[in-house]
Amino acid sequence: MEADIIRHKPAKRLGGIFSRRILLDICLISAAIAFFFIFPNNLGFMTRVLVMIIMVLSLDLVLGYAGVATLGHAALFGSGAYAAGIFAVYISANPLLGLVVGALAGAIIAFFSGLILMRATGLTLLMLSIAVAQVLFELVNSERDLTGGSDGLLGIDMDPVLGLYAFDFYGKTGYWYALAVLVVVFILLRVFVASPFGLVARGIHASPERMRAIGTPVYWRLITIYTLAGGIAGIGGAVSAQVTELVSLESLGFNLSAEAMIMLILGGIGRLYGAIFGTVIFMTVHHFAASVDPFNWLFVIGILVLLVVYVVPEGVLGLPEKLRKHLGMAK
Amino acid sequence: MSVFFGILVDGVSYGMILFMISVGLTITMGLMRVINLAHGSFALIGGATAHWLTSEMGVGYYAAVPLAVLATMMVAMVLEKVFYRKIYQFTELQQVLATIGITFLCIATVNYLLGSTILPIKIPEVFTESISLGFRSMPVHRLVVIVMGLVVVVALFLLLERTNFGIQLRAAVDNRTMADALGIDTVRIFALSFSLGAGLAAFGGILGAELLPVEAYYPLRYMVLFLVVVAVGGMGSIAGSFLAAIGLGIIDTAARYIVPEYGTIFFFVVMMLVLALRPRGLLGRI
Repeated sequence: MEADIIRHKPAKRLGGIFSRRILLDICLISAAIAFFFIFPNNLGFMTRVLVMIIMVLSLDLVLGYAGVATLGHAALFGSGAYAAGIFAVYISANPLLGLVVGALAGAIIAFFSGLILMRATGLTLLMLSIAVAQVLFELVNSERDLTGGSDGLLGIDMDPVLGLYAFDFYGKTGYWYALAVLVVVFILLRVFVASPFGLVARGIHASPERMRAIGTPVYWRLITIYTLAGGIAGIGGAVSAQVTELVSLESLGFNLSAEAMIMLILGGIGRLYGAIFGTVIFMTVHHFAASVDPFNWLFVIGILVLLVVYVVPEGVLGLPEKLRKHLGMAK
Repeated sequence: MSVFFGILVDGVSYGMILFMISVGLTITMGLMRVINLAHGSFALIGGATAHWLTSEMGVGYYAAVPLAVLATMMVAMVLEKVFYRKIYQFTELQQVLATIGITFLCIATVNYLLGSTILPIKIPEVFTESISLGFRSMPVHRLVVIVMGLVVVVALFLLLERTNFGIQLRAAVDNRTMADALGIDTVRIFALSFSLGAGLAAFGGILGAELLPVEAYYPLRYMVLFLVVVAVGGMGSIAGSFLAAIGLGIIDTAARYIVPEYGTIFFFVVMMLVLALRPRGLLGRI
């Protein structure tokens, strides 16, 4: 664990953050652009994947980097989605303003719930985080007049992005919009992870006691990280509300939190690319397994999850390293 | 007054069901330090087996219940050997994930075998009648649930306080390494208490089918409910689970009677308050 931290020294220059994996980044972005032209009929699904990646990246910040295991990340995502949706219906349909509102909502909820959550650990923390999401879920469900309750929030009609690109029926603009937001979020996270503050997060993950001993106010650092993650999850929620022009209660549901966690661990926690690959793999498997047999896709997901835990606990992205070690030992 | 009585009866019987299903979870969590999200699966397996026995095999209710409980205990034994032995050594996060995976497999299996509709368990006609308590009448089924809940409490108390197994179990919960060093076969204790907990969950699942309908997604739908009972009561504390289950049962029922539009919100608010003030639960020591 310590060696792991030393390996991730904070970058001296901003350029250093991006030079290492630039090839992979270019590949990923090219792939995202290529998919637009290869699968024009699946834009809706692919946009959902992009939105989920934002959500899982945010979870990675909390779980992977700071090591705080929560099962209520949907609370942050859903707050962002509902805030952006309600803002669009009643105040302004400007998408970028909506993003800001979503981010603020996610961050505010994260800050206040974090005040309670970050004091707890283990099962208590898991339960408290679930409870926060459930309370929000019930609140939204009971305030039908504002949120539409279990029918979902309808009537969102977004203005064109930057006044130029209108959201179309096929979801073309939606896809580019979600991709653009994702790229910006990813760059911000890259900077954060490489910063001294990102190192603090890793340090807290490795040993909260030692961090406390060297004078880090662990509790407040965790709240800062959680608030930041809340903002990012809120942005994800806002994008989902704007692109689908609908916010459903599921965006606050327990299943979303659990699935986000599975996606992250599938890809590999504590790696930003893990969030991307895990989400793409999980959602693709889900998409195809569910379309082949809508009732038994849980078999596939269940086996997938168990395989990950028992065979590749480091996640899919840990595989190459594991293979290398294995082969190295064989020689 | 009649509302109050209704809340009391429904709340206590709901609490008894919660207790029976969750008590196994609190033992395994206190003993093995495992966050077992798959515990509701045992209630589902019990309920589904009872449904299958009563409606498709023509077995009577009184025979079907013990059979279903036994079947669940055997399934739990196998699962413990195959999956859980390894899960004990996992990190918290891996435990969460592995047990979610097991839950998914259970749901998919029940879904594949019996479909995704509600699986009703035919109860004897006596249960559906009302019984007069002199000043009020209540459904026999509620009375049965409450009485069986009390029987389980007393039986568990006797098992833990008066038998050799109970002494060894308590020793293992308090300090596993020390218990091992004293020659207690903790692996066997683990397996036995795991399957006992699963059996109780199955029993609770069958008895509670009126309140928590048995269907394939049962373990996922009520997972949080059972975990909340354990967290509020305190991991490893049976008395704590009992207090938490009854208290939460009454609070949730009262909220449904008085302010139905707010759903389960009070349930979770109370839980958050308790955990914010006592992070280890009401009676938790670890």
